[in-house]
Amino acid sequence: MNFKLHIWRQENAKTKGRFETYKVRDISPDCSFLEMLDILNEQIISENSKSGNQNSKFPIAHPVCFDNDCREGICGMCGLYINGRPHGNDDGVTTCQLHMRKFKDGDEIWIEPWRAKPFPVICDLVVDRSAFDKIIQSGGYVSVTTGGVPDANSIPIPKRHADMAMDAAECIGCGACVAACKNASAMLFVGAKVSHLALLPQGQVEASERVKKMVCKMDELGFGSCTNTYACEAECPKQIKRQNIARLNREWICQIFGGNHKPQD
Amino acid sequence: MILDSKIPEGPLSEKWTNYKTNQKLVNPANKRKLDIIVVGTGLAGASAAASLGALGFNVDIFCIQDSPRRAHSIAAQGGINAAKNYQNDGDSVERLFRDTIKGGDYRAREANVYRLAEVSGDIIDQCVAQGVPFARDYGGLLDNRSFGGAQVSRTFYARGQTGQQLLLGAYGALSREINRGTVKLHTRSEMEELVLVKNNDGVECARGIIVRNLVSGKLERYSAHAVVIATGGYGNVYYLSTNAMNSNGSAAWICHRKGAFFANPCYVQIHPTCIPVHGDYQSKLTLMSESLRNDGRIWVPKKIEDSEAIRAGQKKANDIAEEDRDYYLERRYPAFGNLVPRDVASRAAKERCDAGYGVGPTGLAVFLDFSDAIKRLGINVVKQKYGNLFQMYQKITDENPYETPMMIYPAVHYTMGGLWVDYELQTTIPGLFAAGEANFSDHGANRLGASALMQGLADGYFVLPYTLQNYLSNQITIGHITTDTPEFDEAERSVLEREERLMNIKGDKTVDFFHKELGHIMWEKVGMSRNEASLTEAATMIDELEKEFWQSVNVPGTIESFNPEMEKALRLADYFELARLITADALHRKESCGGHFRTESQTEEGETKRDDENFMYVAAWEYQGHSKPETLHKEELNYEHIKIATRNYKN
Repeated sequence: MNFKLHIWRQENAKTKGRFETYKVRDISPDCSFLEMLDILNEQIISENSKSGNQNSKFPIAHPVCFDNDCREGICGMCGLYINGRPHGNDDGVTTCQLHMRKFKDGDEIWIEPWRAKPFPVICDLVVDRSAFDKIIQSGGYVSVTTGGVPDANSIPIPKRHADMAMDAAECIGCGACVAACKNASAMLFVGAKVSHLALLPQGQVEASERVKKMVCKMDELGFGSCTNTYACEAECPKQIKRQNIARLNREWICQIFGGNHKPQD
Repeated sequence: MILDSKIPEGPLSEKWTNYKTNQKLVNPANKRKLDIIVVGTGLAGASAAASLGALGFNVDIFCIQDSPRRAHSIAAQGGINAAKNYQNDGDSVERLFRDTIKGGDYRAREANVYRLAEVSGDIIDQCVAQGVPFARDYGGLLDNRSFGGAQVSRTFYARGQTGQQLLLGAYGALSREINRGTVKLHTRSEMEELVLVKNNDGVECARGIIVRNLVSGKLERYSAHAVVIATGGYGNVYYLSTNAMNSNGSAAWICHRKGAFFANPCYVQIHPTCIPVHGDYQSKLTLMSESLRNDGRIWVPKKIEDSEAIRAGQKKANDIAEEDRDYYLERRYPAFGNLVPRDVASRAAKERCDAGYGVGPTGLAVFLDFSDAIKRLGINVVKQKYGNLFQMYQKITDENPYETPMMIYPAVHYTMGGLWVDYELQTTIPGLFAAGEANFSDHGANRLGASALMQGLADGYFVLPYTLQNYLSNQITIGHITTDTPEFDEAERSVLEREERLMNIKGDKTVDFFHKELGHIMWEKVGMSRNEASLTEAATMIDELEKEFWQSVNVPGTIESFNPEMEKALRLADYFELARLITADALHRKESCGGHFRTESQTEEGETKRDDENFMYVAAWEYQGHSKPETLHKEELNYEHIKIATRNYKN
C-alpha cells in the first residue's frame, strides 16, 4: 500500500510548527501505524546519510519524533491525532494497535500531536503530559504506607462493584480524552480515577478529600470545563464510560453537601 | 574474589525473621539525612521508592518515559502468585517455594526464594489496601486461577491487566510520596553512568549517577548514599521480544562495566504463547497471556500433509478432525498437560515446528484452541475471562479467535539473569542494589508464570526497605554528597565522549538496521536451543557486527536535543557487549537447565539434562574491559532444605 503523509513538524516548544509532506510505498496492510512511521524514519535517515545530511527530498533531516513504548496498547505512551481523530479511525485501540489495513491504498493521512493547552509540544508529535501525573499526585490514591494492612479477604467487596471499579481503573492515561474534547477537559481521566477508588471500601475513607483536590488541581493546570459532548468517551482507546463523569459529579456534590460515598448501582 | 551471599543463619523458614531481628536500623531523624537514588519506576522501582520515601528517606526516582506509570510492568497480563491458600487446595509457603525452585530447575538460591514465598501473601494484602481491583467471586472474596508449573490455584489477577493494576497501585503510592515531598520524580531521564567514590576505608562505593535529560539532551548529576537499579531485563538484545521498545539493559550493563558482577546472563526465558512473527518491518512481538493455557488446548495436525495444506492456505484449523489433532503437551506431559512451565512448552512447540508440523504462513506457529472451553463454559464465560486478550489478538491478526483457533509461537520474554546480588539485594559494589528483573536472584534458570510481579513487589515493598537500612545505618555521619568532584567530572566526561563518538561516525546505516541484525544472530544461534557450534559462530558474528556498527552507524541530529536515535544508539552499543557475555555464558554452561537448552545435553525424550556435579552454581561474571573475555566467579548453590530431583512434569 502507498500513502501520502502530512506530518506536524515542530523543533521544540518555542518554535513554530508546520506540516511537511512525505510519501511511503509498499507498506504491508498488517503493518501497524507506528511501524509505518518506523519505515518512514528509516527512509529519512538513509536518504540523508547518502547526501551528507543535505537532502532536499526531506527538508527536515531529523526523523519524525513520536512517543511510543509497549506497542501493545497498555502503556499509554503513544498518541497521535490521525485524520482528526485521537488514535485514528478504529474504535477501542491506541495508535500502536491501529493497523494499516484500516486505511485505503493511496490515502492521504494527516498526523498531528495532541492539541491541548496543558499538553505543550516537546518535539514534532511528542507532547508533555506531566499534568496528568500532577493530578494523580494531588490525591488519586489511597493513603496507605507499606505494611500493617489487613488481610486481603477481610473486607468482601460485591463483585459488581469490583467489576465497575476495574472498568474505571483500565484507563491508561494516554490523554486521548483531552485531545478529543473541544475544551480540553480532563473530566473522563479524573472521573475514571475518582470512580475507581470511590467504588471500593478502601477508597471511600478519603473520597471527599480526593475529589476536591483532584478537581481543583485539574482546573489549576488549565484543563477546560466539561460540556457533556462525550467526545472523550467516543475516542477513549479503553472505552472508559461517561458514567464515570457522572460519578465524579456525584462525588463532588457529596463532598459539598455531605452525603454518602457508598456506590450506587 | 569469594562471593559472599550473606545468607543469614538458622533454619530456612527462620532466616528472614532472624535477619530482620538482628539487622541495623536508622532512626527517623537520621533517615532525613540520607539520600537514595532509584532508577526505574516499574513494580520494583516504584514500590521501593514509595516504601523508602514513606520511611522518611530522601528519594530521587528516574524513568525514561514521560510518566512513571508507563514502565513495562504495566504490560504484564496474567497474574501474581501468592501462597494464601484461599482456595483450600493445599497451597503453603513451602509449596510455593518448592514450585519456584523446581520451576527454576534447581539453579536459584534457596534462602532468597523462601523469603519471596514468605512475603508473597503480604503483597496481596498491600495491593488490596491500595485499591487494586483484583477479580472477585460472587461472595465478594478474591478469585484465583492456575498458572504453569503449579498444581494449585494461587494466581491473583485483574482481568488480563494484572501488571497494569499492580503498577498503578505502586504508582499511586509513589505519587503520594511525591506529593508529600519525600520522593522527587525525574521523567524522561536515562541513567548513562554510575559514579563511584571511595569511602574512608578506601573502598569504592556507589555514590551517584549521570543522567541524560532526554528532552534537552543535556547531562545531569545526582548524588546519593545508595543507588537502586530497578530497570528490568535485557530481552531486547534479541530485537524482537515482548519487551517495550524502550526497555533496555544499559543501566545494569553500566553497573557491570563499573565492577558489579553479572550473573547467569544465558538464562533467557522464551515465552510459548506469543503472536507469531509476520514481517521484517515488525517492531515487537505481542504476548498472549499464559492464563490462556488454563482453558486453551495447544495442538498441531497429526498428519504432516494436513500441516502442509494449512500452510498453503488449502485447509483451515476447523477442517482437521478431532482424531487428526495432536495435543502434544497433553500427550507428552499428562500430569501438567497444557500448564507445563514456559521453557518446556516453548521447546515442545519448536520441536513440532522443526519436525514440519507447524502451521501458519511461515510454518512457525501452533494452534491454541478454545473450542472445548467455549463448549464447556459457554462463550460468555470465556469472554469474561479473556475478553481483552481475544480482542487484542483480533486487532493484530484480523482473525476471530472465538471462531478459529489462535496461532502462537514462542518469543523472548524475560531474562532470569541479571546483576549478581547477595541476600540483601546488594551487588558486588557497596551501596549499589538491584531489584526486580534487573537482578538474577529468584528464578534460577526458568521463571514460573505470575512470579515476576511477585518478585518485583517483594523486592520493593518488603525486602529493600529493610536491607537498605542495614547498609545505610553506617552512612549517617557522611552528610549530603556534593556532585562537584573529580569523580563526577570524569563520569560525565566519559558519557559525553561516548555520545560524541557515536554522533561523529556519520555512516550510512541506521541504528535499527544493526539492532535487527544482532537480534537475528541471537535468535538463530543463542535462542531456544544452543550448541557449541552455534555459539562459537555467534561470538564471531557479534564481534564483526559490532565493529561495523562503530564504523558505519548514522546518528542524525545533535547531542543536545530531543534525539531518540541517539538514545537507541547508546543502548545498542551496550547490547553488543551484553550479547557477547550471554554467548560466552551459554558456551561455558555445557549442561541444559531451564531456559538454557544445550542440544549436546538432552535426554532420549529431548528433555533438558542437567549436570549437577559440574554446574550447580551461579555463574557471576566480572568485566575486564571492552571485548576482553570476562572472569568467571562461582557461587556454589547449597541445597540444605529441598531434595534435588530431575524436573518431572509427566506424572
